Amino acid sequence: MDDPRLTLSGIPLSPVYGEGPLPGEYPYTRGVHTDMYRSRLWTMRMFAGFGTATDTNGRFRELLRSGSTGLSTAFDMPTLMGRDSDHPWSLGEVGRAGVAVDTVEDMSDLFADVDLGGVSTSMTINGPAAILLAMYVVVAEQGGVDRDRLAGTLQNDILKEYQAQKEYIFPPRPSVRLVTDVIRFTAAEMPRWNPVSVSGYHIREAGSTAVQELAFTLANGFAYVEASVAAGLDVDAFAPRLSFFFNSHVDFFEEIGKFRAARRIWARWLRDRYGAVDERSLKLRFHTQTAGVSLTAQQPETNIARVAIQALAGVLGGTQSLHTDSHDEALALPSEAAARTALRTQQVIAHETGVTGVADPLGGSAYVEWMTDEVERRAEEIFAHLDEIGGGSILEGVHEGIQSGWFMGEIAESAYRFEREVNAGDRIVVGVNAFTEGNGGSGADLLRVGQETEDDQLARLAAVRSGRDSEAVAASLRRVVADATDPEVNLMPSLIEAVRARTTVGEIVEALEGVFGTYVETAVI
Amino acid sequence: MVDTGLPIRVVLAKLGLDGHDRGLKVVARMLRDAGMEVVYLGLRQTTDNIVAAVEQEDADVVGISMHNAGHLTLGPLIVKALDEAGLAVPVVIGGIVPDADLPELEAAGVAAVLGPGASVEEVVSTVRSAAGRDGST
Amino acid sequence: MEAPEPGAGSSAVAELADASRSGDRRATARLLSLVERGGDPADEVASAAHAHVGGAHVVGITGAPGSGKSTITNSLTTLLAEAGRRPAVLAVDPSSPLTGGAILGDRVRMSGASEAGVFIRSMATRGHAGGLALAVPGAVRVLDAAGFDPVVVETVGVGQVEVDVTDAADTTVVVVAPGWGDAVQANKAGLLEVADLFVVNKADRPGATDARRDLDLMLDLSTVATRPGSGRPSITMTTATEGDGIGELAAAVAGHLDLLCQGGELDRRREKRRIAEVRAHLEHLLAGAADEALATEGLLPVQASESPMMAARRLARKLLG
Repeated sequence: MDDPRLTLSGIPLSPVYGEGPLPGEYPYTRGVHTDMYRSRLWTMRMFAGFGTATDTNGRFRELLRSGSTGLSTAFDMPTLMGRDSDHPWSLGEVGRAGVAVDTVEDMSDLFADVDLGGVSTSMTINGPAAILLAMYVVVAEQGGVDRDRLAGTLQNDILKEYQAQKEYIFPPRPSVRLVTDVIRFTAAEMPRWNPVSVSGYHIREAGSTAVQELAFTLANGFAYVEASVAAGLDVDAFAPRLSFFFNSHVDFFEEIGKFRAARRIWARWLRDRYGAVDERSLKLRFHTQTAGVSLTAQQPETNIARVAIQALAGVLGGTQSLHTDSHDEALALPSEAAARTALRTQQVIAHETGVTGVADPLGGSAYVEWMTDEVERRAEEIFAHLDEIGGGSILEGVHEGIQSGWFMGEIAESAYRFEREVNAGDRIVVGVNAFTEGNGGSGADLLRVGQETEDDQLARLAAVRSGRDSEAVAASLRRVVADATDPEVNLMPSLIEAVRARTTVGEIVEALEGVFGTYVETAVI
Repeated sequence: MVDTGLPIRVVLAKLGLDGHDRGLKVVARMLRDAGMEVVYLGLRQTTDNIVAAVEQEDADVVGISMHNAGHLTLGPLIVKALDEAGLAVPVVIGGIVPDADLPELEAAGVAAVLGPGASVEEVVSTVRSAAGRDGST
Repeated sequence: MEAPEPGAGSSAVAELADASRSGDRRATARLLSLVERGGDPADEVASAAHAHVGGAHVVGITGAPGSGKSTITNSLTTLLAEAGRRPAVLAVDPSSPLTGGAILGDRVRMSGASEAGVFIRSMATRGHAGGLALAVPGAVRVLDAAGFDPVVVETVGVGQVEVDVTDAADTTVVVVAPGWGDAVQANKAGLLEVADLFVVNKADRPGATDARRDLDLMLDLSTVATRPGSGRPSITMTTATEGDGIGELAAAVAGHLDLLCQGGELDRRREKRRIAEVRAHLEHLLAGAADEALATEGLLPVQASESPMMAARRLARKLLG
């Protein structure tokens, strides 16, 4: 090994310790790469987005200057829900929870002066994900970057929306079709792009346990595998590019066990149940975000400690990419200073602590191995249940669980149980039910998105609308409707054409709603 | 108003597009466990829906959950809508609201605000007090 | 319109009643709250409404949890509202026996109806045995007097027969979903007794035709008389989430009302309802008096020289004079 690593005191380290399957070896419990962070650090990918595209572009460039190695985009609620900024429901929400994107012009401003061929971009969007991907492709094209060079990830995980985050538009089955259309499109034309980030983060934030987070997420992953195979793809043609997104919560060893179990389960199921032979199909790669729900508004500086520990759990769990929350996020989107501290937290772990010198450093610990096994065992119980209610298909089991409200019921139960524990003092949350000395007012120095942002965006949108060729827009929408009506046709080409004509997100979504319908959930309290 | 011992009726809803209903569901259970009758409207309610519900259900309090920084716009909006419908029903806003915004919400007529991490006791007593059932008028 | 304080006198109630009859929904809602409160205010409301009832077709909808009662109610009342009727819904949910509170989650499943202008009131059972609030007949009366028609009472389905529903409604609809047979095996006979109409909902699911066939078989084999004046209950197949079969259901409901009117059965049922309501109130009053008597020292035996039965008879003589 020509890369000797030494501790702070000069003691040389081997790349790995312990017996049994090594990192990079099936079933990848110990990691998907042999050397893990010795060869390459995880991507420091800080989620950002607020205001108009120009505002967020500024934050993107600031983060890249500070050492971020990937971009990650947060969109505002109207965009996430597929509505334009001037839709009646968008009032008061434009640019508040993320960046407002209505047309390809906004996407273009968002990535101004960013080399799309040289950076990897994640876009956190689900319902209208295919439309936003289409915009990204067109913007890259405008900048002279071919689509097959584009690297990044589209969250595009609609199943978890029905279970947890509730950012759905259409009913489940046509939505899964949209997901598989994107998978098919990227498998053929964008080999460096991850078409889905199967997410557990939101499920956890909604109140699930670690086991539920793991099991529901992997089940959704299996569901997409089944759906894509049913759509005609060979499993090895797309599985290598399925990626995952987990929460890193505050119970340190439970989280590490969860990450390791995730890799082992995925490898086994893909090989044994779904017949994958390509090694890359078996390797579960994931992005991690520290748990937003664990942040407190009380004594917010304490959150820096929480985030550091959660980030460390992600690293010791072998994550490929990491976002660390900012300490002011219990109350608002992160301020620039707080976002920088969060990034610095990752940099301290990466460059000062030495944990990157050894792959899966906790492997072989009796406790950690037991925890990994136990989390896996409990997750398998959930898979068995879904298999049963799905008549032998995890995809059908997930649809059934969504329809019957089973997922929501499980999550609500766990959430309520946690709340009662905290309230009874059985579970301590520092600053909230213990150690409250030091709690003070909040609100100074928080990021504020004002009404001017909304006015600004409305003006931008109006300008695009008046400047475009309305015939081309109408024709493109007709094509989208025609393609949507035929389940065999891939929608991506018509979406690309539509966004190029400056058709808005809202217009495309409404056209699709005409074909797919609109989803109304049956609340489970 | 005196505590007649009759259950307090609360309409719970989220205004706007945000889909985070974990808090709302937890509060629904908290209030039920405290003996209140909760008319649960859930996600993505319009002011019209909420006003109709408050009117027909003869609600004592309206609880609105907000997480997406829209409270300074949407809070006053619901207060105004209730007012215009002739319904003098107090509005309690809960969720992610920085302390610095409290004066503005109060000035707009919001009866009370519950921040993140509010305990069961705080939630219940705030709602009771807003409904005028805590012995004070 | 300010709410009258309890005991403020019947003029305030009369004002609310007038307003309610002329379409003031707030007034209607206030009257419903007074009915729920019970006692004198509720009596005043009943008196004020008395002369104005009879115009509403009262339809009870019940069934096992998960059968889709709320969705059916939503689709049915929306259809009727769009056809020019003025439906109202009373959605009953159980109160927690421990805390007395309740989560009333039916309204959230009826947003379509609400937007179509249907009046919806959620009501908790507040401890009334059998799952139906003591106040439901009083609430139905308020809505009837206010001019709503039909008045739909949607009740909790706990997998058991909701006999009280028949006491409150002119027409009782029982909703089942495929697979119902397993859930309510023990109560088949009960369901048959109360149903005027059956609905098999979720008719798009596997097992729907089996469910219908099972119902037919039950009806064929039943030795229990179907409800007088009703004839054999019809079975309507619906997929409420898609709106399928709702038109047929509306027709079946209207058809049942015609049937009741023809033979004079409607009046007979309404008379039985009145008697049942009187009985319920009487039982409530007597239970109250009994509680008082049992709590009064000097009325109960100091030693157990008196059997419980003798003690009860003695107290009853004292109470009833």
